[in-house]
Amino acid sequence: MQRSTITTSEPDENGHWGQFGGRYVPETLVAPLDELTKEFTRARHDAEFWRELDQRLRGYCGRPTPLFHGQRLTAHAGGAQIYLKREDLSHTGSHKINNAMGQALLSRRMGKRRIIAETGAGQHGVATATVCAMFGLQCIIYMGAEDMRRQALNVFRMRLLGAEVAAVNAGARTLKDAINEALRDWVTNVHDTYYLLGSALGPHPYPLMVREFQRVIGREAREQILSATGRLPRALIACVGGGSNSIGLFHPFIGDQSVRLIGVEAGGRADSLGEHAARFHPTAASGGGRIGVLHGTMSYVLQNDTGQIATTHSISAGLDYAAIGPEHAFLHDNGRAEYICASDAEALEGFTLCAELEGIIPALESSHAIIPAVRIARELPQSDAIIVNLSGRGDKDAQLVAELNIR
Amino acid sequence: MSRIRDTFAGLKRTGRGGFIPFITAGDPDLATSELLLIELAAAGADIIELGVPFSDPVADGEVIQRASERALRNGVTLRDALACVAHAKQQIDVPVVLFSYFNPLLQFGRDRLANEAKQAGVDAVLVTDLIPEEAQAWTETLQQRELDPIFLVAPTTSDERLVRIGQQARGFIYAVSRAGVTGARDEMTHDAETLVRRVRMVSDLPVAVGFGVSTAEHLREVWRFADAAVVGSAIVREIERLKTAPDLVQRVGKFARSLLATNQQNVGDSTALHLP
Ligand SMILES: Cc1ncc(COP(=O)(O)O)c(C=O)c1O
Repeated sequence: MQRSTITTSEPDENGHWGQFGGRYVPETLVAPLDELTKEFTRARHDAEFWRELDQRLRGYCGRPTPLFHGQRLTAHAGGAQIYLKREDLSHTGSHKINNAMGQALLSRRMGKRRIIAETGAGQHGVATATVCAMFGLQCIIYMGAEDMRRQALNVFRMRLLGAEVAAVNAGARTLKDAINEALRDWVTNVHDTYYLLGSALGPHPYPLMVREFQRVIGREAREQILSATGRLPRALIACVGGGSNSIGLFHPFIGDQSVRLIGVEAGGRADSLGEHAARFHPTAASGGGRIGVLHGTMSYVLQNDTGQIATTHSISAGLDYAAIGPEHAFLHDNGRAEYICASDAEALEGFTLCAELEGIIPALESSHAIIPAVRIARELPQSDAIIVNLSGRGDKDAQLVAELNIR
Repeated sequence: MSRIRDTFAGLKRTGRGGFIPFITAGDPDLATSELLLIELAAAGADIIELGVPFSDPVADGEVIQRASERALRNGVTLRDALACVAHAKQQIDVPVVLFSYFNPLLQFGRDRLANEAKQAGVDAVLVTDLIPEEAQAWTETLQQRELDPIFLVAPTTSDERLVRIGQQARGFIYAVSRAGVTGARDEMTHDAETLVRRVRMVSDLPVAVGFGVSTAEHLREVWRFADAAVVGSAIVREIERLKTAPDLVQRVGKFARSLLATNQQNVGDSTALHLP
C-alpha cells in the first residue's frame, strides 16, 4: 500500500473522519452527547483541567510509565532494538486508567454521580471502579457472562472496589452485548448518569475524547525514545480492540512520516466469519473489510451480508469485538496506518515469549503484538528501534492460560 | 400525495385518534407476520409499523429484543420484510412504516432500498439510530421515491433540534414518550404531553406518541393531546405469549380491538385536532 502523507488526523466538528465516525444513536441520546461534547471541548482547552489530570496520573496511577529496552527479546529477534512501553505498570494494570481518570474528572465537572461502563477483559471495568471508588461515585459495570467467566479475577476486583457488576446474558455474552446493555441503561437514566465508555469507539465525542486521554502514551513514548536513541523509531506496534491503546500511542507520531504505525487485530482461531475479530481481514470468507454502523459510529464492522452484526472470537476478551474505532478506519483507508492480525496461537506464543525472555507477563490482548513485533524487528537493522505497546499485564489471564495447559 | 398525510387528514376530519400497532417481521414467522398485517388492518389500525429484525437493538427493551431474536433465528432479512409487505398489500390498503436500525439498510443500499420499498408498497421509513444530522442523503433518496422519512423526537430533544427535525420529517413525527427503551409500562408519564406541546409549536406535522403505550386507557390518554398512539411491546408480548397457538392471528386481532374499544369516545374532542 502506498504510504500516506497525512500529517494530522482530526475529525470535523461532528466527529467525522472522512466517512467514518459520527453519531448513529437513538434520539434520546443526542442531548447528553451534545452536553458531553460541550463539556469535553471546554475541558480540552482548559489548562487547569489537564494540570489536574496530569497530577492524578502521576500521583495515583504511576505515570510516566517506563519505556523499557527489551534486550533479550531484541537478541531473539536479531534485528531492530525492541522497546516496550510499559502500560502494564500503570495502576490497575493497563492503559485503561488513563481514559477512566480523564472521564471521571469530566463527570465531576458535569455533576453526574452515577457512572456506568461496559467491559470486555475487565480492565476498563476495574479502571472505572477504581476511579469511582476514589471519587466516591456510584459505579455499575456491564459485562458479558462469558467474559465474566474468562476474566473472573477482574470481576472479583471490581466488586472489591465497590462496583456492581451486572451480568449480560444476551448474544455471545461478550463486549458487544455489554455495550448494548450499557447504552440501554444510559438511554433510560440520561438525567443523572455518565457513560464512561472504555475505548476509542461509540458516538461522537467518545472516539476523539478517549484518544485525547490516551495520547499520553504516545507523548511519553516519543520523548523517551528520542532521549534513549536520539531518533524516531521505525515502527510502533499495538494491539487493536476498539483501538484506544493503539491510537493513544500512534497519534503523537502521525506527522512523523518515517514511523510506521502497525495495529494488530485478533486473528482468532480461523479465518471464517465468527472465528476472529479482524475487521480489516483481507480474505473474502472472513467478512472483513466491510463498512457498517455499530454502537453509534460508522467504521469497519464484522457482519453478514444482510447487515446483522457477526459474533466474534478471540482468546482475549479485550479484542473480541465486531467493530473498530472510526479513526482507525480512516487511517487504514488513507494508508497512514497498517493493520495485520495475530492468531490465538500467536498470542499465546507471544505471552510465553515475553514472560520467559523479559520477565514480564503481558495481557493476552497485548500479547498479540509480540510475535508480529519480533518479525518486524528481524527485517530491520540493529541500528533501528521499534516500540511495542504493552497495554496491560497478564495476571488476569494466568488462570486461563494455565487451563489451556500451555506450560 | 402521501398516503400517511391522507390518513391523518382523515383522522382529523372524523376527530378520531390514530392507532399504530407495531410488529416485527418474521415473529414468530413470516407467514404469520403477513397475516398479522392483514388482521391488524381489519382490527382498525390506521398505520402499521413493521420492524426489521436486528442483532443489536439498543433502543429496544426485552420484549422487542426477543421478537428480533425469534425472527433472526428464522433467518428473516430486510428483503423478507419487504416481501411480507408486498404480499399483505395485495389485500390491505393501510399505510406501512418500515421500522429499522440503520445497518441492515446501509448494507442493502440506499437506492435499492428506496426502489424496492416503494415497489413493495411501503409508505414511510423510520430508522431508530439515524438522526437528521446523519440522514440527509437518505432523506433525499427516500423522498425522491415518495417515501416519507419519519423521525423520532424525545423528551431530551432541544427546541432547536425540534425545528430541524420538523423540517426534515414528512408524514408524521414520532414522539418518544419518555427517556428509555421500548417496553410496556403500567403508567404513562407527563413527559409525552409536554413534548407533543413543544412539537406543535414548531411543526404542523401530525404527532404520534409511542414507547410504553400498552392499554386502552393509555391510548385514550394519548389521544387527548396527540394525533395517534403507537403500540409496540404490548402487541409483541401477545404474539410471544401466543406464539404456538393455532389461532394466534385472531387473538392478536382481538387484543388490538380491545385497545380500540373506547376510540368512539374520542370523537369530537377538539384537543385531538392540532392547531395550525
Ligand atoms: C490490556 C488491554 N489491552 C488492549 C485492550 C483492547 O482495547 P483497546 O483497543 O481500546 O486498547 C484491552 C481491552 O480490554 C485491554 O484490557
